[in-house]
Formats: sequence, structure tokens, C-alpha cells
Amino acid sequence: MDWSAFALSLRLAVWTLAILLPVGIWAGRRLAWRRFPGQSLVEALLALPLVLPPTVLGYYLLTAFGGAAPLGRVYEALVGRPLMFTFEGLLLASLVVNLPFAIQPMQRAFEAIPIEVREAARCCGLSSWRILRRIELPLAWPGILSALVLTFAHTLGEFGVVLMVGGNIPGETRTVAIAIYDRVQAFDTHAAGIMAAVLLVVALAAIAASYGAAGNSGRRRG
Amino acid sequence: MAEGGLDLRVRQRGPIPLEAELACAPGEILALVGPSGSGKSSLLRCIAGLLTPREGRIVCGGETWLDTARGTDVPTPRRRIGLVFQSYALFPHLTALENVIEGLGHRSAGERRERALGLLRLVHLAGLEDRRPRQLSGGQQQRVAVARALARDPHALLLDEPFSAVDRSTRERLYGELAELRRDLRMPTILVTHDLDEATMLADRLCILSHGATLQTGTPLEVLQRPVSVAVARLVGLKNIFEGQVVAHDRSAGTTRLRWQGRDLAIALQEGFPPGSPVAWAIPAAGVLLLGPDAGARGPRDTAVACTIAALTTLGDQVRVALRVPGSGPASLFTAVPRHLAARYGLAEGRPLTLRLRGESIRLLPPDAGGQGPNVA
Repeated sequence: MDWSAFALSLRLAVWTLAILLPVGIWAGRRLAWRRFPGQSLVEALLALPLVLPPTVLGYYLLTAFGGAAPLGRVYEALVGRPLMFTFEGLLLASLVVNLPFAIQPMQRAFEAIPIEVREAARCCGLSSWRILRRIELPLAWPGILSALVLTFAHTLGEFGVVLMVGGNIPGETRTVAIAIYDRVQAFDTHAAGIMAAVLLVVALAAIAASYGAAGNSGRRRG
Repeated sequence: MAEGGLDLRVRQRGPIPLEAELACAPGEILALVGPSGSGKSSLLRCIAGLLTPREGRIVCGGETWLDTARGTDVPTPRRRIGLVFQSYALFPHLTALENVIEGLGHRSAGERRERALGLLRLVHLAGLEDRRPRQLSGGQQQRVAVARALARDPHALLLDEPFSAVDRSTRERLYGELAELRRDLRMPTILVTHDLDEATMLADRLCILSHGATLQTGTPLEVLQRPVSVAVARLVGLKNIFEGQVVAHDRSAGTTRLRWQGRDLAIALQEGFPPGSPVAWAIPAAGVLLLGPDAGARGPRDTAVACTIAALTTLGDQVRVALRVPGSGPASLFTAVPRHLAARYGLAEGRPLTLRLRGESIRLLPPDAGGQGPNVA
């Protein structure tokens, strides 16, 4: 069992969640409630990672991270080391890949809040911040939770993009999904089997917990 | 405008056309009445700041909430309004008490709970404080919405069709509660409704709206008995609207003579229309009597007219009678008689009879400029 790979996967998932939670809330509300020109295009771009083969996405990210591309060059100039084959590069790729998993459920959850309820909150004299905290987030909570669980599970399981932009560097970019592949290649099916089972249990636990939580709040609200 | 009242003037061409002016004094209930799409909810949203009209000025309780000429547009949370939504728009995840407390942000934290409990008692919901909206009936939800609206200590109370989502018996009980509650209300109250009876029952004054324009404002009696235009007459439910011509005014007799389909009708003096001018005229169903020409006391301004019964429609304990007057083309006169009388007098379709038009009840109106024109049913 490659614990360092497992720890790296968890670290990647936690960072991805931490960044995509506020981004998803902001983007989800905006897409849910404000029409703007080019909205369909933005929504299509956000959904793209769902339909694109991971290798295609990985290829473009790899190109963008390289020293020849503006993103790679700027990052290297600022941080002093390349983006490619690093944890930071992996995290950036993970954020891009997970955008639809984070934003779409949150957008649907915010869309489901009746406009009158938000207007009623304004008529009650509540500030925007209090409306967000006291009305919108509790009402959208099941959707936000399911976005977080999907993102978490998907980050643990992502393989193609990680392989393309991260490679297989122990402690830096070797996630548990890569490690499983690596062990299978080396005919170490015992280790691969253990890691696969751990991943399965973690993913199942996360999904079950989210269903449980959503069910509870659904029953409370009706 | 009375001190502390609400004064509104808004105008815009689109997307929702508005051309409205209204004033509501403290303690007064003004009903905005009109068919769906007449802009009444839009006006309410303008007052609440949920809709900003192209041009306009809204002053309430001495504060200017909107003045497009000066670029003033106070955001909704800073306007002291209580708005009861048609759907109530309660916060579904909060209890009745918490819903009301959300409206009390302007009070000190220590007194909010007591005040919210007091408001729930006021709307007869004591004991249900901990229920969530889905655990309350429609009528109870409406009461929570009213309590939450009052929680803000609003300078204007806005009610958007607040009775439309409950059954009839609940509605009648809520009417009574509003009538009771209003004794304690010192702020102007605007009630939006499409139900003329509801407006007449609850409001001090009515404001009739059509296509975003305020057509007439006055006490229910004024508006119902003296509509200022064919459009208002139609909106307040008058069916008997016809075209005629003023013949002459006789001031000494207090009578105006009106020519209609070759007959002269004597009506109450209405000198606003010069002799010879084409007019529209309207008569409520109660002014069309189905009596024999000699029966009953005949007033000096009554006119007997021969007609036939074109159609009978039973509506509950009333029978609606459509009458065809020879020479008046396809136009019909409508009246209603109690069902037992219709049976006793043997009213039947095609039967000829004589009706009496009560000249006292006839109201002259400017001829309808656009639209369908008077009654050509």
C-alpha cells in the first residue's frame, strides 16, 4: 500500500475543494440568477471537461503549462520553478477538470430558490451578506454538499489528466489512481487490490454521507 | 398628500408599460384593482424597489425612495416596507418565529424575540411559533407572512393578492382579521387584487388599473356608481354599455334627455356632455327592471322598453337574463333576477316582455375612443 500516494490524493482533493467551494458558490449564483451575453458559451466551456477525453484535456493543459506557453512562462518567472510535473500544476489541472462537478450542482441548487424568497429577504431589510448566510446557503446546502462530494470523489479517481500533466513522481504527483496503475504494470496485484479497495471504501463513504445529509435536510424542509 | 403617506408617480414605455399616479394616506387601505397584466403588481414592486421604472418619484413617510430626476433610488433593504407576497415567500427552512425575527433586524437583539412572539399572537398564531412553513396551512402561512411584514415596523404595508392562494372559507376569515388588524395600523396600506368584491369590502379607496395606467381612483361607491370612462365601467363589471346621443338638458326638471335606438330616455341631469354630442352610457343590472309597464311605482325618469328574452343563465340563486331590444342590433341588455321569481313569472327564452330602464341609474360616459366600443356582444 502506497500511503504517500494516498496522502497526496487526499491533499489534492482537499485543496481542490477549498478553492472550488467559494468559486462554485460565486459562479453558481451568478449563472443561476443573472443572464448575461455569452452565458451559453460560458456554460458550454464549463461543461467541456465532462465530455472531453481526459487525454485531450491533459494534452492542452500540458501545452499551457510548458515553458513555451504564456501561462508556464509567467508561473516560472514568478515562482521560480516550472508548473509541469509539480503538485501545483496537478492542482491547477484538478481545478479545471472539476469545474463542472463543482459549479453545476451549485447552480441548480441556487436556481431552485424561488425568486420571491430572495426578494422577501431584501424586503425584510437583510444585508446581502446575511441573505447569503442565513437564507441562500442553507437552502442551497444539499446541492453544495453534493458538488463537494462529487468533486472529492472525482479528484481521488482522476487518472488521465493527472498522468498527462503530473507524470508519476512519488510524493509530488503520484496519486493513488496512478499508483494503482503503476502496481498493476509491475504485476503487484496484491498492492493494487488493497489500494483499489481503500479508494472504493472512501468514495462510497463520501457518497453515502452526502446522500444521508441531503436526505436529512430534505426531510426537515419537505 | 397627508403627512407620512405614500405618494407615487411612475412612467415608462416598456418593457412593462406604466403610467400611474396614486396617493395613500396613513391608516388608509388603497386597493389596486385590475385584470392580470394590468401592472398592479409592477406598481407594488416599484414601491418596494424591486423594480425601477424609467421615470418616477416615490415618497413615503417623508422619505424619498425614488426620484429618477435626481438619481435617487433607495435599495430595497433600506426602504421600510412590509410586503406580503402572493406566494407568501416564507423562508422554508426557518420556523414561524424565526421567519418573523428576520424582519426585526432594525430592533435591538434583546427585544426581537418578544416582539416576534407578540406579532404572532396578533395574527392568532400563538402556539405555532416552532412550526416550519410546510407544517402550516395556507391561511396560517399567510398570517406568518403578515406578521413578518409588520415586523419591519413598515412605513408602507404592501399586500400582493394575499388572499388568492387560500380556500374560500379561510379567505373570509382572513378578511375579518385584516379588517380587525387595520384598526391598529397607522401606515398606508396598498392591497393588490383582481377581485373587485374583495377590494370593495376591504379598501377605503379603489384605484382602477389597466395596461399599467391608473384610470380612476375613488371610494368604492364613487368608482362603482360613477365610472369615468367606458374602460372603467367595463373593469368594474358593468355589462350594459351602449352608444347614444345627448338631446337636451332640462335644468329645471333636473333631467337630461338621451336618444338611444330611436327612443328618448330621461336620465338624471349630466350637463358635462353638450346637446348633440355622441356619448356612451351605462346602466347597472339593478337599473334594468323586469316589471309590467303599469306595475309598481313608476319614477319620473323611467322608460318602458319592449324586448324579448334572448337567453337565461342560472348562476346559483340568481338567473342572468339577456334581453334583446328591437332595433338595437345584436346588443343585449343584461339584468339578474332571483331564481324563484324567474320561475314564478315563467321567464323563458323568446318570451316578449316590457322592461323598465331606471333613468336615475344611467351614467353618461365619454364615447369609447379605441377598443371594442360599447356593448356589441
